[in-house]
Amino acid sequence: MSDAEREDLRRHGILLTSLEELYNWGRSNSIWPLQFGLACCAIEMIAAATARFDIARFGAEIFRPSPRQADLMIVSGTVTKKMAPLVVRLWNQMPEPKYCIAMGACAISGGPFKQGYNVLKGIDRFIPVDIYIPGCPPRPEALLHGLTQLQEKIKAERLAGPDTARHLRPENPGEFPIPDYGAHDLQPPNNPALFSPPSLPRKP
Amino acid sequence: MSEHPHAFLALFLGVALAFPLLLLAVAWLWVKFFQPRRPGPVKNATYECGLPATGDSWIQFKAHYYLYAILFLIFDVEVLFLLPFAVAMTGLPSGALIAMLVFILLLAEGLVWAWARGHLEWK
Repeated sequence: MSDAEREDLRRHGILLTSLEELYNWGRSNSIWPLQFGLACCAIEMIAAATARFDIARFGAEIFRPSPRQADLMIVSGTVTKKMAPLVVRLWNQMPEPKYCIAMGACAISGGPFKQGYNVLKGIDRFIPVDIYIPGCPPRPEALLHGLTQLQEKIKAERLAGPDTARHLRPENPGEFPIPDYGAHDLQPPNNPALFSPPSLPRKP
Repeated sequence: MSEHPHAFLALFLGVALAFPLLLLAVAWLWVKFFQPRRPGPVKNATYECGLPATGDSWIQFKAHYYLYAILFLIFDVEVLFLLPFAVAMTGLPSGALIAMLVFILLLAEGLVWAWARGHLEWK
């Protein structure tokens, strides 16, 4: 049955669903983010939880103080190189399935501090990011939009077959290597399995 | 054949047991097939503040602390018992005085014993 036919039946009050769809629907509407703010974006994240923006409408208001109880890490703000190993360690402590939102220009790329020696140029160098929310800082509505995008992503996940969800594939690691503080930079400066810097060929 | 008046209780008990057991079984099967368990040294670490965990969360309490507390309690109670004796000393017969002395001597013996065994030395 095609999605259009199913949608047509749904409009007539006949609900057809699969176990997979039901499971994903439940997961996508009860995301528990980690209570974890790094910089200015965290203020916007906090604002998203207030009555005016009300992240509770999307079932994601239960910010957990422990990574062991959370399934979403919103990296909200500048990730300094001093903080990066801690972020990766917290990510490792989250149970599967888990998702990551990089909120704001700093979390995506270092943002205005990109040229600084102490700022990580994007958290996706160390942990896999599902949703990028641009902005400096992005408004709470942008975070809500990112959250709904993540919900769509979770709803599209498959429990079996060739396009099985990331967390169900046995070859994917449960923990990512935590970088050390090197003499001049983090060691390694990125996780080569996740991130390969683009090579910019010099023009003759 | 008429049913036992309390037959519904057995039915109720059966349903009350079966329903949660069924849900637990479904949850267990779901976890087994669709929830990957990926333990690791970081995931199993004691603390979750982002810093590397040093040591475990077990706190050592010395048994001596409790021994001191018990000794203190014993002599505290002794004073409590002796106070009425002291107040009513002049009006008491000699038998009461002997009973009081036996009580003090027994406690003193206990103190000497604990002292001799080295229980009062903080290790």
